[in-house]
Amino acid sequence: MSFDEILVTGDPLIFASQIAIGLTMIGLIALITYLKRWKWLWSEWFTTVDHKKIGIMYIISGVLMFFRGGVDGLLMKAQTSRPGLEVLDAQHYDEIFTTHGVIMILFMAMPLLIGVMNVVVPLQIGARDVAFPKLNALSFWLFFVGAMLFNVSFVLGGSPDAGWTSYFPLAGKEFTPGVGNNYYAIAIQIAGIGTLATGINFVVTILKMRAPGMTWMRMPMFTWTSFITSIIIVAAFPIFTIALLYMTFDRLFGTHFFTVASGGDPMLWLNLFWLWGHPEVYIVVLPAFGMFSEVIATFARKNLFGYKSMVVSVAGIAFLSMLVWVHHFYTMGNSAAVNSIFSLTTMMIAIPTGVKIFNWLFTLRKGRIEFSTSMLWALAFIPCFTIGGVTGVMLAMAAADYQYHNTMFLVAHFHYVLIPGVVFAVFAALYYWWPKMFGFKLNEKIGKWHFWLFVIGFNMTFMPMFFVGLDGMSRRLYTYSESTGWGAWLGFSAIGSLILAAGFAALCYNIYWSFRYAPRDVGSDPWHARTLEWMTASPAPHYNFAVVPEVEQRDDFWHKKKREETGLKKADLKPVHMPNNSWMPIFLASAIGLVGFFLVFEWFTLAIIASVGIVIGLIANSFDYDDGYHIPVDELEEEEREWRGDLK
Amino acid sequence: MSTQKQHRFPWNHVIGFILSIALTLLAVFVAFQTDFSSNVVLWIIGSLAIFQALIQLFLFMHITEGKEGPVNVINMIYSVFLALVIVFGSIWVLTSGHAAM
Repeated sequence: MSFDEILVTGDPLIFASQIAIGLTMIGLIALITYLKRWKWLWSEWFTTVDHKKIGIMYIISGVLMFFRGGVDGLLMKAQTSRPGLEVLDAQHYDEIFTTHGVIMILFMAMPLLIGVMNVVVPLQIGARDVAFPKLNALSFWLFFVGAMLFNVSFVLGGSPDAGWTSYFPLAGKEFTPGVGNNYYAIAIQIAGIGTLATGINFVVTILKMRAPGMTWMRMPMFTWTSFITSIIIVAAFPIFTIALLYMTFDRLFGTHFFTVASGGDPMLWLNLFWLWGHPEVYIVVLPAFGMFSEVIATFARKNLFGYKSMVVSVAGIAFLSMLVWVHHFYTMGNSAAVNSIFSLTTMMIAIPTGVKIFNWLFTLRKGRIEFSTSMLWALAFIPCFTIGGVTGVMLAMAAADYQYHNTMFLVAHFHYVLIPGVVFAVFAALYYWWPKMFGFKLNEKIGKWHFWLFVIGFNMTFMPMFFVGLDGMSRRLYTYSESTGWGAWLGFSAIGSLILAAGFAALCYNIYWSFRYAPRDVGSDPWHARTLEWMTASPAPHYNFAVVPEVEQRDDFWHKKKREETGLKKADLKPVHMPNNSWMPIFLASAIGLVGFFLVFEWFTLAIIASVGIVIGLIANSFDYDDGYHIPVDELEEEEREWRGDLK
Repeated sequence: MSTQKQHRFPWNHVIGFILSIALTLLAVFVAFQTDFSSNVVLWIIGSLAIFQALIQLFLFMHITEGKEGPVNVINMIYSVFLALVIVFGSIWVLTSGHAAM
C-alpha cells in the first residue's frame, strides 16, 4: 500500500471520525501548550516509574477504550434494532464487531484490571513499588502503543474484520487481503509483550516484596488472585505470542502455518488461540474475584468466610483453566473421546467457582452490611454472574453445544460472565480504591444512578440474546428479515443498550463532579477497611509507607486499629530508597510502535530503519547504572506530619 | 540494595546469546537446506529446542543460584506439565476424529 492510499475513504461515519480525531488532537495539543503542562506531563507522568501513577494511566486508558468499544457496541445494536436496517453495511459491521471484541477484552478489561493491580497490590503487601519499576513503565507504554496502533486502524488502512478470534482461513491473506488483519497481528503482539512483562513483574513482586510477617496465608485475597493471575499470564501469553507471530509470518512473508497449502492447518490457529484464550478468561476474571472479596469483607464488616478454601479454589481454577481450551471448538468435528474429556474438565471448573460464590454469600450472612456503591456492584455481581456461569455449564456439554455453538446464546453467556465478572468488579474497585488514588471519594448519589442504570441496562441488553440465540440466531449476523420474529427482542435489547450507555455516562459525570466538588477531608481510611493499603495516607505518598509495617495476622490493619497501633514512631524513620524516573520505557515503546506501524503496511525498509531506535534503546538501557535515590528522614517526617498530626 | 556490586563481565550472557542465535540458525539450516525426511527434521529441531530451553535456564535464568529451592522445583514441575499439555494436547486434538488429516 502506498502512502497516499492509507486514509480510509468513502464512509461518512468514518469521515466524521477522521475529522473528530484530527480536531481532538489539535485541541489537546493546544490546551496542553496553553496551560504550559508539557513539562509537567513529561516529568510527572510520561517518565514516571511509580506504580500508582502507572496504575492511574492504565485506568484512564481503560476508560477511554471502554468508550471506544462501547460506541462499537451501540452501533451494532443500532444496526440490528429493527429487521432489514442499513445503518452499517456488512463489511463495516464485520469491522465493528471485530474491534469491539478485541478492544473490550484486551484494551479495556486488561488495562483496567492491571491498573487496579498496579495501584493496590504493592500497597496491600506493604511494598514501596513493584519489583521492576522501569519494566512496569515499559509494560504500560507497550500496552498503550499497541492499543493506539489498533485504534487508528479504522481511519488508516482499514480495520481488521475477521472477528476478535480471527480464525483461519478467513484471517489469512487469501481471504482478507487488506492491512486490517496485519493490525490485529501486530498491535496485539506489542500490547501482549507488555502484559507478559506485567505478569513476570507481579509474580516477583508478590514472591519477594511482602512486608515482614506477611506469610502466604496472611495475604489479602486480592493479592492472592493477582498472584495467581500473574502466573496464568506467564503460562498462557507466550502461546498467543507464538500464534500471532505465525499469523504475522503467514500474512507478511507468505509462510503456511495456518493455510492448507503446503501442509499448514487452520485448526492449529484455533487450537493455539484458545490455549491462550481460555486462560485469558481467568486472567480477567480472577483479579475481579479478589476485588469483590475485599469489597464484600469490608462492607459486611466481617472477615472473608473460608479464606483457605478461597485460595485453594483460585489455584484450582488456574490449574483447570489450562485444560479446557477445546470447549471453544467442539464443532470442529473431533472424536468423542476428546469432546467428552474437555466437557468434563470444563464442568469441573464450576466446582471451585461455586465454592467462591458460597464463600461470598456466607461472608454476607449475619454481616452488618453497608450498601455503599461499591458494595452494590458486588451484590449485583453474584446473581448476574451466576446466570453467566450456569449457562456456561450448559455450553460445556459437547453434545448440547452443537445446538448453541456460535449462536447469540453464546454471546449472551459470555457477556453475562465478563460484564458482571470484570466490569462490575472494576466499578466496585474504582469506587472503593478511588480515595486511595486521589484522596477523595466518588459521589455516592451519582454512583447509585450509575449502578442502577448500568445494571438494568445490562440485563435488558443481554437477556434477550439468550432467547434469540435459542431461536437460532447466529452471532455476527448483520441483518435479519421480519419473518424471523426477532425484531421485538432485538429492539428491546437496543433500548437496553442505550440505558447501559447512560450508566457509563453517569460514571463519567461522577468522575468530573467528584474532581470538582467532592470533599477532600475523607481521611486515610474512609471505609473502615481491613487491609494494609489503608494504613498509609490517601492519596498514598510516593514512597507508600514511611515505615514498612510488621504483619502479625490476616487482616492485620483491622486488628492494629482495634489495638490502636497504627501510629508512627519518629525513631523508626529511616531514609527510603526509591527508583528514579526514566525516559527509556516511553522511548522504547514508541520505537516498537513505529516499527509495528511500518510492518502493518509491509513497508519493510522503513521498518528496518525504525528498528535502529529499538536497538539504541536496548543498548542504552543495558549501560544504565542508575541506582535511584534516597528520601531523607526530614522529608518523610514532614510528609507524614501533614496527615497524621504529630508523631510519637 | 548495595551500590558496591561488582560489575563483572557477563560471560554467561554473552555465551548464552551466541549459542541461542547459533542454535536457531542451525534449526533453520536443518529445515531448509538438508534432505532429511520431515520426521528426522522434526526430531532434530525438537532436540535443538530442548537444548535451547536448557541454555535459557542455566545461562540467563540462574537456576543454580538463589535460595528458593522449593519454589523453583514447583515452577519447573508446573512448566513441564504445561509444556506436555500444550504439545501432546495439541497433537491429540488435531489428529483425532474428523479433524485428522
